[in-house]
Amino acid sequence: MFGYYLDLAWRSLGRNKVLTTLMVLAIALGIGASMTMITVLHVMTADPIPGRSGQLFYPQVDPQGMEGYSKASDPPDQLTWLDAMSLLHARKGVRQAAMSAGRVTVVPPQGATHAFIADARYATADFFPMFDVPFADGGGWAASDDDKHARVAVIARELADKLYGTPHAVGQLLRLGKYDFRVVGVLDDWNPAPHFYDLSMGSYAKPEQVFLPFETAMELKQGTQGSMMCWGDFPTDGDMTKANGCAWVQFWVQLDTPARVASYRDFLAGYSEQQKALGRFARPPNVRLRDVMQWLDYNHVVPGSVQLQTLLALGFLLVCLVNTVAMLLVKFLRRGGELSVRRAMGASKRAVFAQLLVEAALVGLAGGAVGLLLAAFGLWVVRQQPVEYAAFAHMDGAMLAATFVLAVCAALLAALFPAWRACRIVPARLLKTQ
Amino acid sequence: MHPIVSALKHHKTTVVLVALEIALTCAIVTNALFLIGDRVAAMRVVTGVADHELVWARTTGLDLGQDTRMGADIDADLAALRGMPGVESVAMANTLPLSRNYMSVGAWRRPGDKKSEIDNVVEYAGTPGLLHTLGIKLSAGRDFLPQDYVPYTPGLFGSPDSKAPPPTAAIVTHTLAEALWPGENPLGKTFWLDSDGKEPVQVVGVTGHLLNPRITKYQGADRNMILPSTRLVGGVYVLNVRPDMRGAVARDLPGVLTRIDPARMVKAEIYADTIADYYHGDRAMVWVLLVVTGCLLALTALGVVGLSSFWVQQRTRQIGIRRAIGATRRDILRYFQFENLLIVTMGIAVGSLGAVGLNLWLMRRYELAHMPLAWLASGAVVLWSLGQCAVLGPALRASRVPPVVATRTV
Repeated sequence: MFGYYLDLAWRSLGRNKVLTTLMVLAIALGIGASMTMITVLHVMTADPIPGRSGQLFYPQVDPQGMEGYSKASDPPDQLTWLDAMSLLHARKGVRQAAMSAGRVTVVPPQGATHAFIADARYATADFFPMFDVPFADGGGWAASDDDKHARVAVIARELADKLYGTPHAVGQLLRLGKYDFRVVGVLDDWNPAPHFYDLSMGSYAKPEQVFLPFETAMELKQGTQGSMMCWGDFPTDGDMTKANGCAWVQFWVQLDTPARVASYRDFLAGYSEQQKALGRFARPPNVRLRDVMQWLDYNHVVPGSVQLQTLLALGFLLVCLVNTVAMLLVKFLRRGGELSVRRAMGASKRAVFAQLLVEAALVGLAGGAVGLLLAAFGLWVVRQQPVEYAAFAHMDGAMLAATFVLAVCAALLAALFPAWRACRIVPARLLKTQ
Repeated sequence: MHPIVSALKHHKTTVVLVALEIALTCAIVTNALFLIGDRVAAMRVVTGVADHELVWARTTGLDLGQDTRMGADIDADLAALRGMPGVESVAMANTLPLSRNYMSVGAWRRPGDKKSEIDNVVEYAGTPGLLHTLGIKLSAGRDFLPQDYVPYTPGLFGSPDSKAPPPTAAIVTHTLAEALWPGENPLGKTFWLDSDGKEPVQVVGVTGHLLNPRITKYQGADRNMILPSTRLVGGVYVLNVRPDMRGAVARDLPGVLTRIDPARMVKAEIYADTIADYYHGDRAMVWVLLVVTGCLLALTALGVVGLSSFWVQQRTRQIGIRRAIGATRRDILRYFQFENLLIVTMGIAVGSLGAVGLNLWLMRRYELAHMPLAWLASGAVVLWSLGQCAVLGPALRASRVPPVVATRTV
């Protein structure tokens, strides 16, 4: 039966090629535009660290003065150096790391005239195991290296290739400005999107090229970057570790069980109380503990313009659907005679309905195929844009399947009403007029 | 009742569908047109400097965090840049309009009175000749005098690199002057700087308009002041260049500076590119909106063509009869044009309501601007013309139906 419907549908579509092309094109345009934007949105809202995002938490405490305080005010997005170090040394989580973005001058073996600036991350030892960072060679540094301000570095594979011509660079000397560091590890390709552990450098920033122990970098006065919020005095000598009125450090903690999460929250509140008693904090305990996805959500990582464009694309799909409904209605009603003959010869309403839906599904499939090409083109256009999320705009298997499902469902949805109308035709009346 | 209206009643479903499509298109297109207008207006804001005559460069020492050249070194750099062919004048500034880096401070109307503070005022600072180099025109007052210049870098006040107090003279924008002293002549008036509002600064000049390095909610578009400085830590070199020489100057500049001191990195950029780069997101958005609007209109037009053709075909016999009993070709043409106008108008009526609703929702969700109702007219005009263009072909075909059809059976 299905084969017969398919045959009928094929003949019917072939009879009026212009209308068929128009319908396929309408669905294809709608599907192409919306799949482009949905794919971009899908990539941008992806879990950057699948499997562990539920165990990684971002604590916030509120060391600001009472000025501008209200019960609902959020604590600063980052920690002061002092608080970060206190939380780090309390070691209440399975793992924990403090970090900040930085900039270093890489002086390559060819000499100072070839020097260039690279993005860096100053972090403590747990950064690598906690975020499950893959290594091509060597590994991260130990907590003891943090304590003794060791001059060690982890570099990205790209930089290792550029400087030494090989990813096996462990043991090489890395010259940053006027200081030498020993390379202890080379990262394999690693590019979490969104750049969840530090959103202040751009939500989809590229991963850093150089990783240094936090305290070493601070001792050598390497430049930090990223956002900084100050409410007290700024250190006059540029020593950020003395900036008690500035929050600029990111801190992540790994907590494996709900019980540990609850106790960590208590710990943060207790810490705030204690700091208040010491006179460092002025506000009542005001703490937050968000996991990765909650943190991304809180920071609205998806740009408003992308959401707006997705909405626009969906609106466009809606218009395409209404258009298809109108065209299918015209097409089905025009075939009143043929349908009446089928009905008179014994086809049930249901059979006619099914036949019309098969025809619509065929249009949907064709629309999906053309739409897929359009979406591929749309994503190519997005990739040409100099926006930081451009590189991630690729379609994957799931989105490929979704495109066809969406196209067929859209066509079927559009066909429901016209098909129902066409089935209501009273055969006798139409046959009589012929 | 008019025959056109009663004829439409026989095709209620189809008419409603077409009107619905027009309404949706109208709601989306009106908002898209408004967004395009909004972005284009934002991109056309003038910077207040000579956009097409500037090249700028940033140099960084090899030791980030403790780098920077001071005093005589900077003078040597400036002299070398001044000697480049095509360069008219050179100065050093802390930042430039739309270059994204900025420092902002509070300006106090009364010393030490927190309540008199105007927050988030952007600080520009520059060495002698900055106004001339940037091409900034004063609407009142004077340029800085040699004695006004002191070593000062915004944001570094009080640090070992900049122990001296801020300058005592400033040039403010009209916007800042209005914020400080509404309706008064700001020339000669004093305001106070520093985190406690203790350092007096006297207004010596006023600029009509000078855009901020970044347009933000807090700093606004052009609430800023220019301060005179003999030397700046981490500043940028600005060169006023003959427009046709900009490319050559930007290309040769790094070589000129590294010849003086090789241990540094230099990045030179044509200022017009900086502006284009700043508006990149807006431009991309305008293109997306234009493409989607175009597709949407094309689709709606095709839908109208398809449906009108169907109706013409369906009514061929009726048209023949009307022609046979005396209707002219023009009457038939007018009939279909008027019918289309009626349906499109219904769509626009519903669509305009939708457009306003959509705008209100977008305003709440994305902090977009409020759409003036005049924009509804633009959407309506677009759709009316679209409908008339789309129906013209089928209507002309209808008008060519010969009266003789009336005598034939279909």
